[in-house]
Amino acid sequence: MDKKGKWYGTTFLTFLCIFWIFPVLCVLWNSFKDKTSINLKPFELPAGRTFVGWENYAQAIDKYGLLKSVGWTVFITVFSVAAILICCSMCGWFITRVRTKWTKFIYALCIFSMVVPFQMVMFTLSLVTNRLHLTTPWGLIVVYLGFGAGLAVFMFTGFVRSIPIEIEEAALIDGCTPVQTFFKVVLPIMKPTYISVGILETMWIWNDFLLPYLVLDIKKYKTISIIIQYMKGSYGSVDMGAIMAALILAVIPVVVFYLSCQKYIIKGVAAGAVKG
Amino acid sequence: MRAIKKYWPIFLIPTMAAFAIGFVIPFILGIYLSFTKFTAVTDAKWVGLKNYATALKDPTFVHSFLFTAAFAAVTLILINVIAFALAMALTKKRRGTNVFRTIFFMPNLIGGIVLGYIWQLIFSGILSRFHTALNLNSRLGFWGLVILVCWQQIGYMMIIYIAGFQSIPTDVLEAAEIDGANARQTLFKVTIPMMMPSITICTFLTITNGFKLFDQNLALTAGAPMKKTEMLALNIYNTFYGRSGFEGVGQAKAVIFFVLVVAIAALQQKLTRTKEVQQ
Repeated sequence: MDKKGKWYGTTFLTFLCIFWIFPVLCVLWNSFKDKTSINLKPFELPAGRTFVGWENYAQAIDKYGLLKSVGWTVFITVFSVAAILICCSMCGWFITRVRTKWTKFIYALCIFSMVVPFQMVMFTLSLVTNRLHLTTPWGLIVVYLGFGAGLAVFMFTGFVRSIPIEIEEAALIDGCTPVQTFFKVVLPIMKPTYISVGILETMWIWNDFLLPYLVLDIKKYKTISIIIQYMKGSYGSVDMGAIMAALILAVIPVVVFYLSCQKYIIKGVAAGAVKG
Repeated sequence: MRAIKKYWPIFLIPTMAAFAIGFVIPFILGIYLSFTKFTAVTDAKWVGLKNYATALKDPTFVHSFLFTAAFAAVTLILINVIAFALAMALTKKRRGTNVFRTIFFMPNLIGGIVLGYIWQLIFSGILSRFHTALNLNSRLGFWGLVILVCWQQIGYMMIIYIAGFQSIPTDVLEAAEIDGANARQTLFKVTIPMMMPSITICTFLTITNGFKLFDQNLALTAGAPMKKTEMLALNIYNTFYGRSGFEGVGQAKAVIFFVLVVAIAALQQKLTRTKEVQQ
């Protein structure tokens, strides 16, 4: 390609990028605007009378308890992902190393569960979790472990197949129990897969709406997605200012997370896709 | 590896117990309940295929299927063509490719509900100048959803295509150049066949995502006007929670939905896998 063509390309891409981040920036400046002017003139920057400073954020936090739901979302995401990583890597290693008809069946079941749409199980899942009293954030962790197991086990088995069995056999002969072998020998080798799986599951759980909405006791616990839906859907006047603030507070952690471990996220996505 | 075998309770029980609660039991129960009339599991009465008949006769369900199919087809083409083109542009030597990649991928990390409300603000700002709104016109709602989903997923597919481009051995492209192939011939005769594994994955993801779309649909249009922009997943949700007494019908719709998604995924895999070439 000649130089001029390249220059046109880069300019075009730059404009496209501006278009790409425009929606988020637009929400950002609207979060500092007076709530009556948000719907009428969303593309105008806050200025003069329409600028309200942090008032929308204060509203969202005081009136709707936004910080609390950010806290619950962090809690659920961190512990669910930790549970998925530990339990599913153990399961994935075991079913790869021990080949019986049962472990093959488990593997097939995990693959199958990845294709099943959530609507297929949503109603019965909420029946089961109600019966078992899993309607708290702690219970939700169990549900996420179960529902996220398909992808995680699949990715871990894919990786375990590529590591030579001799290292583990040596550890076993030297007197390690299988549990020790797993945690001292296998786990360190699997670090890249832990990162990929961790990122994919974090992205899913942090943003998930319907599963926590159906499982959790909504009166007590709300995640960020739930509270935004609740603010918009509640009767009476919709507080657009508070919604803008909530949207920004939902996006900021994601952007920070993304910019700080971007390299791993992009690798994780590529790895997850190649195996999927 | 016989020694490991008897340690199965430690390795398997935590995952399998949660898997049973979160997936296996609800799945089996779901199949069973689709043949019954119920409000809770204990009062389920066997009604055979009646729920399926009611589901298929429901005009909103049929409409939501057609709407979803059209949506999946449009997004399948748009997302893949644009993501492929972007990936091609961003694997050439060019200043700032990393910044571009970072920005294009970003929307993918934002959740569906948040995305829906972000775009609602933008669309209402634009459309109010023409004295209309997304929830007044189903055609606008359709294209609104298409724009939103393209914005969200193009970056993701772009990353997969970039990984694909980087794995094409350069000697194949050099050979094509030496043999005198022009840019178009190289693209269609060499690059695209070599990219088929990535294309298989991306078309699979976009088509299943299209069919399963829920959060964005709920947040952006919620089916307005008059359920005309209601997609399959939202239609099933509304059948369950919208009116009492229709739980069985909702479950039957869910089973139909499940079979549909599996069939489409299988068909798609068959179609594109056969076009893959050995490297």
